[in-house]
Amino acid sequence: MSTPIRVMLAKVGLDGHDRGVKVVARALRDAGMDVIYTGLHRTPDEVVTAAIQEDVDVLGVSLLSGVQMTVFPKIFDRLKKEGADDMIVIAGGVMPDEDVAALKKMGVKEVMLQDTPPQAIIDKLRQLVSERGPR
Amino acid sequence: MNKTLDPRSLDQLTGEIADWEANEVASFLKKQAERREQFFTIGDIPVKRTYTAADIANTPIEDIGLPGRYPFTRGPYPTMYRSRTWTMRQIAGFGTGEDTNKRFQFLIAQGQTGLSTDFDMPTLMGYDSDHPMSEGEVGREGVAIDTLADMEALFDGIDLENISVSMTINPSAWILLAMYVALARKRGLDLNKLSGTVQADILKEYMAQKEYCYPIAPSVRIVRDCITYCAQNMKRYNPINISGYHISEAGSSPLQEVAFTLANCIVYVEEVMKTGIDVDVFAPRLAFFFVSQGDFFEEIAKFRAVRRCYAKIMKERFGAKNPESMRLRFHCQTAAATLTRPQYQINIVRTAMQALSAVLGGCQSLHTNGYDEAFAIPTEDAMRMALRTQQIIAEETNVTNVVDPIGGSYYVESLTDEYEKRIFEILDYVDANGGTIKLIEEGWFQKQIADFAYETALRKQNGEKPVIGVNSFVMTDEVHEIETHPYDPDTARRQVARTQRVRAERDNAKIAALLERLVETAKDETQNIMPVTIELVANGATMGDIIEKLKGLWGTYRENPVF
Repeated sequence: MSTPIRVMLAKVGLDGHDRGVKVVARALRDAGMDVIYTGLHRTPDEVVTAAIQEDVDVLGVSLLSGVQMTVFPKIFDRLKKEGADDMIVIAGGVMPDEDVAALKKMGVKEVMLQDTPPQAIIDKLRQLVSERGPR
Repeated sequence: MNKTLDPRSLDQLTGEIADWEANEVASFLKKQAERREQFFTIGDIPVKRTYTAADIANTPIEDIGLPGRYPFTRGPYPTMYRSRTWTMRQIAGFGTGEDTNKRFQFLIAQGQTGLSTDFDMPTLMGYDSDHPMSEGEVGREGVAIDTLADMEALFDGIDLENISVSMTINPSAWILLAMYVALARKRGLDLNKLSGTVQADILKEYMAQKEYCYPIAPSVRIVRDCITYCAQNMKRYNPINISGYHISEAGSSPLQEVAFTLANCIVYVEEVMKTGIDVDVFAPRLAFFFVSQGDFFEEIAKFRAVRRCYAKIMKERFGAKNPESMRLRFHCQTAAATLTRPQYQINIVRTAMQALSAVLGGCQSLHTNGYDEAFAIPTEDAMRMALRTQQIIAEETNVTNVVDPIGGSYYVESLTDEYEKRIFEILDYVDANGGTIKLIEEGWFQKQIADFAYETALRKQNGEKPVIGVNSFVMTDEVHEIETHPYDPDTARRQVARTQRVRAERDNAKIAALLERLVETAKDETQNIMPVTIELVANGATMGDIIEKLKGLWGTYRENPVF
C-alpha cells in the first residue's frame, strides 16, 4: 500500500470563514489522506514552518478575506528561503478572476473556488502529487 | 374549543383524504411516478404530498393568533407593511471612513432607508490599522475604524437622529458603540433619539463566524454591559442583534440556525437578569438577524416559528409581562453562500426569491446581496440592483397590502408547528447537557454545523441539491466579463496617517490613566465598562489600545477546530 498523501490546510490572517476548509479537510481525510488543519488566524511564516515540519506534500491555503495577493508572495518567499519550493501549494476561497490568474503565475498549482466538488479536489491533489513524483 | 377543526369535520376530512389517496392519487401514480419517493426541505424535514386542515387540526387557534399579538407568529406588529414597509438596509463598508461615507450617500440617494456598516477584518478583530496582523487587510472587506476621528468621517453629513445605523461588529462592538455615543455627544444629539444596533452577539462567533478577542466569559460580560448601558441611556437603540445568519452561512441547517440563536439569546437574558434588571426593562430592545435561504416556504415557516418560540420563552421561562418583551423583531439578509460565480447574473433571481420569502416571513429590515459577491465585495451597480429588487417587492407586487398573507396555509402552518417542536427539542438538549457555553467549549454546536455543511457539499456534488449553473444547466463555454469592486492600494497609508495623527495630538498621560481605570472596571464584574470606554475613545484612544490592554487582563481565545 502506498503512503498516504500528506496535506496541510491553513487559514491565514484574520479571516474566520472556515466552512470551506473544514469541508475540504473532511473530504480529503475520508479519501484516505493525512490531513492537518492549522486552525484560524495563522501567519504565513507559521504555516510554512509547520508545513515543513510536518513534511507535507501539499499546502492548501483558504482565504475569503481578499488578502490573497498579500499572503501568497510571503508564503512563496518563505518556502524558497527554506529550500522547500517543491511543496505543492494550492489556494481555496472567494477571489476575483484576475487574482486567480496572478496566483497561478506566482506558482499556485490550483485555485479551488467555492462550489468546487470535493471529489474534484481529491482528484486534483492525487494528480498533482503523482505528477510531481516521489520525493 | 381551541382547535381549528371540530372532531366530526376532522373525521370527515380524514375519510376523504383516504379515499383520494386510494383513487385519484393511486391511479395517477400508476401512469406517472413522482420525482422521488420522499421529498425534504433544505433543512431535511420530510414533507407530504399536500397538506389539509387535518394537519393543523391540533394547532391551538391562539398559537396561530393575530399579527402584533402574543405569540406573534403572524408578525410583531398588527399592521406590518400596511403602515411602513421594512427598512431597506444595504450593508456597505470599504476603505476609510470617507470612502464608505460616499457609498452611504449613494445608497441614500437611491432610496435606501437605513444604513448598515461592514468593518474590515482588523476592526472586527480589534487590531489597529498599523498592527502587523492588519497587513493587507486594511479597508479591504469593510471600513477601517481605529479612532473616533474615523467614525466622524464615516458618518459625516448623515443625520443620526433620523436614520437608523446598524454596525456589524462583535468582539470589539462595545468600543464602536462607545465611539457612536461619543460622536453623538460631540454633535449635541439626544442619545435617546438614536436608533440602530451593534451586532455584539459574541456567542455565535465561537460557534460560527470566529471573530473573537477574549475567552467566552468576559466576552459575555461585555455584551451584558452593552445591553444594560443601552437600557438606561439609549431608549431606541438595539444593543444586540442575536444572529443566526452566520451560523447558517457557516453551514448549518435552517432549523439549527434559529434554535442555536435562541440558545444564545437565553444566555444573554440570563446574564442581564443576574444584574437585577427586570426582564421587561431590556428585552423590548433585543433584536435578531436571520438569513433567508433557498427553500421558499421553509424559510417563511422558520421566521414564523422563531417568533412564536421566542414569545413563549420570554413569557414562560423568563416571566416577561410586557408584550414588547415577547415580540421578536429581525433583520434579514439573503444567503450569500447560495451565490454562484457561473452565470453570476442569475444571482439576481435567487436573491429576489429569498427576499420575497423574507418579506412574507415578516422581516423588519432587509439586505439583498449583490450579484457579484461570489467574486468580491459588491460594486455600486450590484448594490443598486439589489436595492431595486427590494423596491419592486415593496412597490409593485402588492404583497405588502395584507399582513401575513401566507398565514393559514395548511403547509406553512404545519411546518411552523414542526419547527417549533424541533426548536424546543434542541433547546431541551442544550439545557440537559450543561447549557450553551459548555456545549460551545465542547465543540458541539461547531460539529453540528460542520456536519450539515459537509452533507450539503456532498449533495451538491451528487446533484441531489441542484444549483443552477454549477451542477445543473452548466454553460461550459462561459467567459466572465464582470467588473469587480477595486481596492485602492493607498487605503492603508491614508488610514494609518490619521491614526498616527490622533495618537500624536492626544494627551497620552490621560489615556494611560483611563486605561488603568478600564482595567479596574473590568476586574469588578458589578461595574459597567461602557462609561470608561466612552471616555477613552472621546480622548483619542484607539481600538487597539483598549483591546490590547484588556488582553493583558483576560487573555485571548483559540479554538480547537472540529470537522
